[in-house]
Amino acid sequence: MGFLKANNVSLVGLAASVPKGRVDNLLDPNIQDPEKLVKSTGIRYRHIANDNVCTSDLCIDAARNLIDRLCWNPLEIDCVLFVTQTPDYILPATSNKIQNALGISKDAFCMDISLGCSGYVYALSVCASLMQNGSLKRGLILAGVTISKLCPVTDKSTYPLFGDAGTATALAFDEKASPILFHFGSDGAGYNAIIVEDGGFRNPTNHESFQKVNYGDGIEHSRLQLHLEGMDVFSFAINSAPNSVNQLLQYGGLVKDEISYFIFHQANLFMNERIRKKLSLSVEQVPYSLYDYANTSSATIPLTLLKTLISRAAIDKVPIIGCGFGVGLSWGSFYTELNNIILSEINNFE
Amino acid sequence: MNNAEFLELFREQFDETSPNDIDLETSFKELPEWSSMVALTVIAMVDDKYKVKLTGDDIRNATTVDDLFNVVKGKVKASL
Repeated sequence: MGFLKANNVSLVGLAASVPKGRVDNLLDPNIQDPEKLVKSTGIRYRHIANDNVCTSDLCIDAARNLIDRLCWNPLEIDCVLFVTQTPDYILPATSNKIQNALGISKDAFCMDISLGCSGYVYALSVCASLMQNGSLKRGLILAGVTISKLCPVTDKSTYPLFGDAGTATALAFDEKASPILFHFGSDGAGYNAIIVEDGGFRNPTNHESFQKVNYGDGIEHSRLQLHLEGMDVFSFAINSAPNSVNQLLQYGGLVKDEISYFIFHQANLFMNERIRKKLSLSVEQVPYSLYDYANTSSATIPLTLLKTLISRAAIDKVPIIGCGFGVGLSWGSFYTELNNIILSEINNFE
Repeated sequence: MNNAEFLELFREQFDETSPNDIDLETSFKELPEWSSMVALTVIAMVDDKYKVKLTGDDIRNATTVDDLFNVVKGKVKASL
């Protein structure tokens, strides 16, 4: 059915860290017609990690800030989920390293989840499901990416669109929490619509992996870098995201007008506005973070949520829907009601 | 659905190109204004008006506006 309900778990904190260094698309000499690009994509700034900064560094920084703000003892954190497609290594999993770096108990449940744009929804469902019977009381979801490392300046289909970010979301066991509802979807027929072709075990790295391939129309990259079939992804997203949200609304008996915010994965403005209009949602219901942070894969939903909530005076019974869609192809949506969530300012990581 | 209506809708996706410069036999990818962005607006228009999905290959394999119309027509027929 693709639906799930998780009880007794609350979202209690959010934090994010982005690399301090950022590129302004309007001033980037590598971009042709930058004003047109910013207008259509909605993306002005991209935060770009240095060579020596990994996704885990950004997520650890965000997690430290959040743990401080929550006054949590790291030894009392029972679960760490790291959701990224830019891990430190092919193996081991990065979540174990993060557990050690944050001083989290050796008894913690640690796991990496390899998903991109939809990953936050899946990580939330895994964490909430693990925690709902009360054995695990405190969980961290660390979602982020340093995808700029896979987007060369020679590829206009990826280079101006993607940025780097790390986020931390805290969940707590709470018998008074309203349920979190989910809808999931997958279509592996589109596995190659967003792909890094070489470097895994299907196509191990070889001499040809490093050679730049020219796909025409300003798209040139190697097989170790990101390949994006823009038209296919667009066609997929403008259908799957609205369908997923509609199915979730139906599953939960929810009314669109009563949802304060629909937090969509931040792909690009043209695509996201199409999704908003298909669902007949108001501009106020659909916040963006694209202008300042670009597309940061699994980090976009928590980053946009944090940016939105930080500007609010009080967070008391705020119903939200989140929806991620992209690489896999994979998509999913969740509904929850936010109460008194602790927010840590978006940090510039040096 | 007919090709005259499709042509009209196709023309509307261009800002700078005169409608007179686009007919059913036009090799649309050779129009100076054609870009990946216009391709997305065409995909969005087809999604909106005909409720079918155009893929990247559908656009790549079509030469004329009429070629694209026939792809859309085929997909609409298959979806009925």
